[in-house]
Amino acid sequence: MINYIARRILLLPIVLLGLSLLIFLMMQFLTPTQRLMAFVSDPTKLRGESREALIEMYGLNDPLLVQYSRWLNNIVHGNLGFSSTVSLPVTEAIALYFPATLELVLYSVIPVILGGIWLGALAARRHNRATDHVVRVMAITGWSLPTFVAGLLALAIFYGLLDWFPPGRVSVWALPIIHEMKQFTGIYTIDTILNGEFGVLLDVIRHLIAPVATVSFVSWALILRITRSSMLETLRQDYITTARSKGLTERVVVRRHALRNALIPVITASGLLMASMIGGEVVVETVFNYKGIGWWATEAARQFDFPAIIGFALFNAMMLVTVNLLVDILYVVVDPRIRLS
Amino acid sequence: MTVLKKLFKNPLSLVGTLLLIAFILVAVLAPVLAPPPRPAEPYRIPRSGFKVEPKAPSEEHPFGTTEGQYDIYYAMIWGTRTALRIGLIVTGISVVVGIAIGSLAAMGGGWLDEILMRIVDIFLAFPFIVAAMVLATLLGKGLDKVMIAMVAFGWMGYARLIRGDIMAVREKEFVTAARAIGTHPFSILIRHILPNCIFPVLVQSTMQIGSMVVWASTLSFLGVGAPEGYADWGQVISFSRNWIISSGNNPFQYWYTLVYPAGALVLFVLSWNLVGDALRDILDPRLRRGT
Repeated sequence: MINYIARRILLLPIVLLGLSLLIFLMMQFLTPTQRLMAFVSDPTKLRGESREALIEMYGLNDPLLVQYSRWLNNIVHGNLGFSSTVSLPVTEAIALYFPATLELVLYSVIPVILGGIWLGALAARRHNRATDHVVRVMAITGWSLPTFVAGLLALAIFYGLLDWFPPGRVSVWALPIIHEMKQFTGIYTIDTILNGEFGVLLDVIRHLIAPVATVSFVSWALILRITRSSMLETLRQDYITTARSKGLTERVVVRRHALRNALIPVITASGLLMASMIGGEVVVETVFNYKGIGWWATEAARQFDFPAIIGFALFNAMMLVTVNLLVDILYVVVDPRIRLS
Repeated sequence: MTVLKKLFKNPLSLVGTLLLIAFILVAVLAPVLAPPPRPAEPYRIPRSGFKVEPKAPSEEHPFGTTEGQYDIYYAMIWGTRTALRIGLIVTGISVVVGIAIGSLAAMGGGWLDEILMRIVDIFLAFPFIVAAMVLATLLGKGLDKVMIAMVAFGWMGYARLIRGDIMAVREKEFVTAARAIGTHPFSILIRHILPNCIFPVLVQSTMQIGSMVVWASTLSFLGVGAPEGYADWGQVISFSRNWIISSGNNPFQYWYTLVYPAGALVLFVLSWNLVGDALRDILDPRLRRGT
């Protein structure tokens, strides 16, 4: 097992290198002038002649390999250029907007995993009965409903009709309080508690509910389907029959014997879930005008803010690779069949 | 024929198939259902005036007009063509690219296989929508750019699938026999191996067509897809965003700006998902046990 984990970790830099190369090659669709924007903080000051000089100075017409190693060197030193959409260096923009996205992801993961597993197991135990059908229809709705449509519906109902959950991240009145209080994590629900600002906390929660519900609703179908089919498979195993014939209660059979084994494919799928949630965040943040990195990336794409787009791609890919690595390691730790072989 | 018969037996897949046929009919009959005022540019949605506020359904505009006075009915009809075109072209090219690369890896073996599969891993390291959005933006936005970007990050699943299936078939007797009589490896691949492992790929691709259309609409919604005024469901949906939340006396005053295009998109995806699900059950013997 140690061997396997070590090999996976050693492979990580190679994957990251490949990723950076892919992003770099994608950047080559841009003209040197467009790529120059990564180095310029005030594009309006750029005029014809100085532009040529700058392209020459930053070597944007050099051979590809030279450019790549220079670009990689910049990235390793945290220099990702300047995002014109938010007038911040890309690294600072990521640091500013990522906690908001993390907050959304963290709260969405809980209902997705718990709800998906619970309902999936329930559907499997009541196979082909009414509960099973209801759960399957719910899953297929969540799965067929495009995220942005689900988000717009949530917005129309909970804001337009009921006026319960407004879009945005906090209300205008709360902004000055948040700016003045001490920032620990950038995750508002945690920071407000640490600062004792419970009024603001309620406001933050009020803004979180609709986007979290949307992301969970469209993401849980995956976990539910996998849990259900894996649970069905497990319940047919001989050791389940053995456990039942020993006279164990159904509760113990399901919790101790079936669910634990059925959950292994679910762990494998959580990497997939992560990827689909990252995609979901981009859409949901845009729909709800919730200022996280997904919102920032959409704004950047609309305004052709290339350094931001590149930085966003790089950051997301790295995150997903890391999460997948952790999932793979967790998988080996959980499954004794792999651990011992 | 038995496939079709089975497709019609299950009520869910029957609904899916009928929906799909309806969508195809709408797409084919688009010029009859909604005659374009400018035949040279049928995908440009006609607009009556430039007022911002949507107008409710009327005699002249059966589904109303959305932000900027674009006719919703026209956008829906021609949007069906856009959706089918995107789904079929993107999935078709992705399948071809995937089969080519997957076969190359499986037949080449050794270091070629290793390198190609690591490239697949790297492409898979991007969340699909993020990659498509970034590449489409870098290419300069627009529907064609979105399609290129979706193919660029959509072929890997098929490559993996076909590679695995070829590996399984490659050692079968009939392949050895073909090799023994001196058949060219390329001809073995085309004549003997691929026909035996193409079905899982076809099923997979049917299920992907719906999601490809959703992703394309999503990109249009985010503003990197179809140009303004192009008959595309995603874009029409994005026009509705400012109107469905303008709460006042009547929060659902502009319901038609969202309900019609979103309904079409959801039904379209649902129909492909139902058909794909049914095809998988019918064609894949491993799933016949009824999970």
